[in-house]
Amino acid sequence: MNPALIKLFYLLAAVMFIVGLKRLSSPRTARSGNWVGAIGMLIAIVATALFTGILTWQMVIIGLIVGSLIGGFLAKTVKMTAMPEMVALLNGFGGGASALVAAAEFLSPTSEVGIGAPFHINLTVGLSVFVGALTFSGSLVAFLKLREWITGRAVTYPLQKTINALLVLATLTVVVGLVLRPEMGWLFAILAGLSLILGILSVIPIGGADMPVVISLLNSYSGIAAAMTGFVINNEGLVVSGALVGASGIILTQIMCKAMNRSLTNVLFGAFGATVQQIGPAGGAAAAGSKTYREITHEDCAMMLAYSKLVVVAPGYGLAVAQAQHEVRELAELLEKRGVEVKYAIHPVAGRMPGHMNVLLAEANVPYDQLLDMETINPEFDHTDVVLVIGANDVVNPAARNDTSSPIYGMPILDVDHAQNVIVLKRSMRPGFAGIDNALFYEPRTRMLFGDAKDSMKKLVAETKHVE
Amino acid sequence: MIAELVGLLVVFVLAMFVGFEVITKVPPTLHTPLMSGSNAISGITIIGALIVAGRGDSRVTSWLGLIAVIFAMINVVGGFLVTDRMLEMFKKKPGEKRS
Repeated sequence: MNPALIKLFYLLAAVMFIVGLKRLSSPRTARSGNWVGAIGMLIAIVATALFTGILTWQMVIIGLIVGSLIGGFLAKTVKMTAMPEMVALLNGFGGGASALVAAAEFLSPTSEVGIGAPFHINLTVGLSVFVGALTFSGSLVAFLKLREWITGRAVTYPLQKTINALLVLATLTVVVGLVLRPEMGWLFAILAGLSLILGILSVIPIGGADMPVVISLLNSYSGIAAAMTGFVINNEGLVVSGALVGASGIILTQIMCKAMNRSLTNVLFGAFGATVQQIGPAGGAAAAGSKTYREITHEDCAMMLAYSKLVVVAPGYGLAVAQAQHEVRELAELLEKRGVEVKYAIHPVAGRMPGHMNVLLAEANVPYDQLLDMETINPEFDHTDVVLVIGANDVVNPAARNDTSSPIYGMPILDVDHAQNVIVLKRSMRPGFAGIDNALFYEPRTRMLFGDAKDSMKKLVAETKHVE
Repeated sequence: MIAELVGLLVVFVLAMFVGFEVITKVPPTLHTPLMSGSNAISGITIIGALIVAGRGDSRVTSWLGLIAVIFAMINVVGGFLVTDRMLEMFKKKPGEKRS
């Protein structure tokens, strides 16, 4: 078939991707949107297989089957709490595939790329391998960190920034070398190696709490890598789709940075996880000793909830760690039967990746129209009777609003302290993961409900059933 | 030749703008499925992988192509299926009539 006509199929696929993404603007249409995208992909694959003159089918068929089986298995078995790892892994495979395609193009004796090719073609190959390989190794490190197979904390060593800067310079020099002297094939291997090392070294210094930013950024890179490969093989389909994903990742990265009040450079080079450890204990422990907090019993708490008009649940990742989502939903249903309105306040960094908490609550059958984002719910706290803070800490810390000395000062938070009553479910008074003490716990309107979140929720459900 | 590259650059920049427009309208509730779904779309590199794997012009490139097809296909199938699994869970109140 005429290569120009094949491009019409790719155009169709690209249009279907855009329509699919557009349908993601509402949970009602999202599922069908995802299928529109999937069918677009199927069209692109079938058109490529049938009309681009494939000569040897063996590798093509083996690859399609093996890849589909692995992908299908991962998708069906992954736990919802492990979604960040899954996405990190998928990012890595996408980036890796793009780098491999560019590499194969360069090494192929029949393609227009490589020796004898004009410089701008080899430039796209160099950049494609650079971005793809970096995405691949960076994503694998992110995956290992999220799985906690390697330490999730920021790993730092002397001259880290200098070394990384030199590596970037060296990599770009090799790209230039490759463009000027494509016959020096060994440069290609060095480029791939340097890019892989750079991917590892740039993710290693990033602490666990900043992982949502990193996954979003790698998501963007995997798109850019696909677009770069589109430049290499002169294919608009790849360029359009890659650009869409690149844009999506950039937007999510920005949202995450804003939610944590950090600049991207600060996340990438600041090693936040390491510094907070030093600030935390000094300020936090002393403050905790001198201030008083009030406890509440499960019985009183249930009573308070049962006679409320509006209850807002502010969940953090601690909720998912305790696996208490189903108990929360059960309590909410009981309260709704009594005529209490229940809403959920979802901070952008409540989970381990953008939107993660929503997925975890949806899994526990919480209706999506009760899940409200920070901007929507914040004005509502003024007329909220009770806020249940479950497993959240920094995202409800008023210090972010009024304590300029706090490391989280300036971060947008859920204004739970504006509600009539705040009940904090917590194991003990020890400062949380980030090591920052929380002024909310000592507010006169706050009551502490100590214990394991799942256990406490079970007791609350039982007590609420007894309230007349 | 260079005109081809510039043409692609034009497409790339315009598509980025389309992406920004479309994706800013996705609500935060759906950001995780957005990520896994867009991830599946970045698996479009499968096109390149298939071409390379099927050209059969040298042993090395065929093997590279095979790995590329596998990687891209994990990305495509895994991405779309896991997104579907998540989106299936997003429901309105059970028993409530659709408005």
